[in-house]
Amino acid sequence: MIPDKRVTIDEVAAEVRDGMTVGIGGWGSRRKPMALVRALCRASVKDLRIVSYGGPDVGLLCRAGKVREVVYAFVSLDSIPLEPHFRNARQSGSVTTMELDEGMFLLGLQAAAWRVPFLPTRVGLGSDVMRFSPSLRTVRSPYDDGEELVAMPALELDVALIHMHRGDQGGTGQYLNVDPYFDDLMCMAATRRFMSVEQIVATERFLADGPPQSIRINRLMTDGVVETPHGAHFTECVPDYPRDEAFQRAYTASAKSDEAWSEFRARYIDVTEADYQQVVKS
Amino acid sequence: MRDGPPTRAEVCAAAIADCFAGDGEILANPIGTLPVIGGRLAKATVAPELVMTDGEALLVENIIPVGIDNPEKVVAGWNPYRAMFDVVWSGRRHVMMGASQLDKHGNQNFAFIGSHAAPRTQLLGMRGAPGNTINDITSYWIPAHTARVFVPAVDVVSGVGYDRARDLGPVAGRFHHLGRVVTNLCVLDFETPDHRMRLRSVHPGVAVEEVVTATGFELAVENDVPESRFPTDDELEWIRQRIDPKGLGEEEVPNP
Repeated sequence: MIPDKRVTIDEVAAEVRDGMTVGIGGWGSRRKPMALVRALCRASVKDLRIVSYGGPDVGLLCRAGKVREVVYAFVSLDSIPLEPHFRNARQSGSVTTMELDEGMFLLGLQAAAWRVPFLPTRVGLGSDVMRFSPSLRTVRSPYDDGEELVAMPALELDVALIHMHRGDQGGTGQYLNVDPYFDDLMCMAATRRFMSVEQIVATERFLADGPPQSIRINRLMTDGVVETPHGAHFTECVPDYPRDEAFQRAYTASAKSDEAWSEFRARYIDVTEADYQQVVKS
Repeated sequence: MRDGPPTRAEVCAAAIADCFAGDGEILANPIGTLPVIGGRLAKATVAPELVMTDGEALLVENIIPVGIDNPEKVVAGWNPYRAMFDVVWSGRRHVMMGASQLDKHGNQNFAFIGSHAAPRTQLLGMRGAPGNTINDITSYWIPAHTARVFVPAVDVVSGVGYDRARDLGPVAGRFHHLGRVVTNLCVLDFETPDHRMRLRSVHPGVAVEEVVTATGFELAVENDVPESRFPTDDELEWIRQRIDPKGLGEEEVPNP
């Protein structure tokens, strides 16, 4: 008997409390759990530490005043290289950052997933990664080489939020695009793990849609699953749908002034997910 | 097909191709429009052994055009983001990145300008620059050569330069190697005794003085700086017919 881990968007948002470290899956403006991110923007939660291969998830949460610190290597909309709301937040000094290399980020998640305090790497040596994070330490190899390496600390997450193409009610998840990104690591690095999916299907359906290796998220990795059709909008979720470039341009324009943001927020954030989907469809 | 004499963009493409020629069987990973054109040009002509991606998660063996949706791909590998770190950390990649700031030692910044607490301009972040530069050969592409890019000191070191690599010592810095810097005006390298940036060649029609003026630090300039080479007829055919049929390179670097 497969357990039933189905939850609602608001139940997921309620799991996130002030000051928590929240990991968000996807990459740039690709396969982001945007329905969950929008719900977090509406919630009263604050002072979050966001860990993300960043896209509009980071920008929206910063603009909505939810963020204390961003742990990142980049925040980008892909077709629009610089995330406008993240830029504004940084340039006004309203959020701090931990500046990481993309690969150090992977090692931090992997260390947390494996329950070790750090993983050694050459990456970071010589760069300003070390200067901006004085808490980062190096470690000397205990073997004859004695090489000094960066000890990338575990990036332990309180909550992970990811978006997959298909899932079952037990919390197994399947991706159907070419890149799994780091969603499984996000889940394994976290205490509480929530997955939104385009569609909840019968477990028997998985192998009709993709090979076994596309079932990247097994149910050891999740605590809850929520069906959010079109829930990664406006980010890319191929093959189900491409990025909504026109909407992304409108999102970018909402960073131009407080008035523009208020209008965007009223229309697209302070509404139910069902209403949002109705509005963006028309 | 476009005809006429080689354009500045095509000279840049050939100079970029020369950066990757002789690398052997490694992943050539140019980032940006003309870098991709130049990288594919190298693979199409003198360096078929190069391994290249489709710009996303696939390794492809055919020469695919830039700016064309869904080109035909001869897929020969799966290279999602996390597999890229396997390539980078095992020393089998040559990346060509951009830079918002670059100094005479090759320290590169595209993270932000100003202070960490509240940057004057937030840019991309560290991306993969720290890992790329400490593990593999790294080259740079600067489409608009100005003193705002070539600065006496970068605000942030995202990509590691030769002075920093030297300070790490011979062990930690042993895989650090900067190749060339190709710009819309010239080709630069670090082939000096102290690895200070040197003017390797000026593109046809560019005066040495023009490069010196557009550079915010003192370049190593030898007597009789050579001219960058023109692309061959075979290369022009590849660029114009196969790799960049829409002329995107011409938009990135307009012909003077």
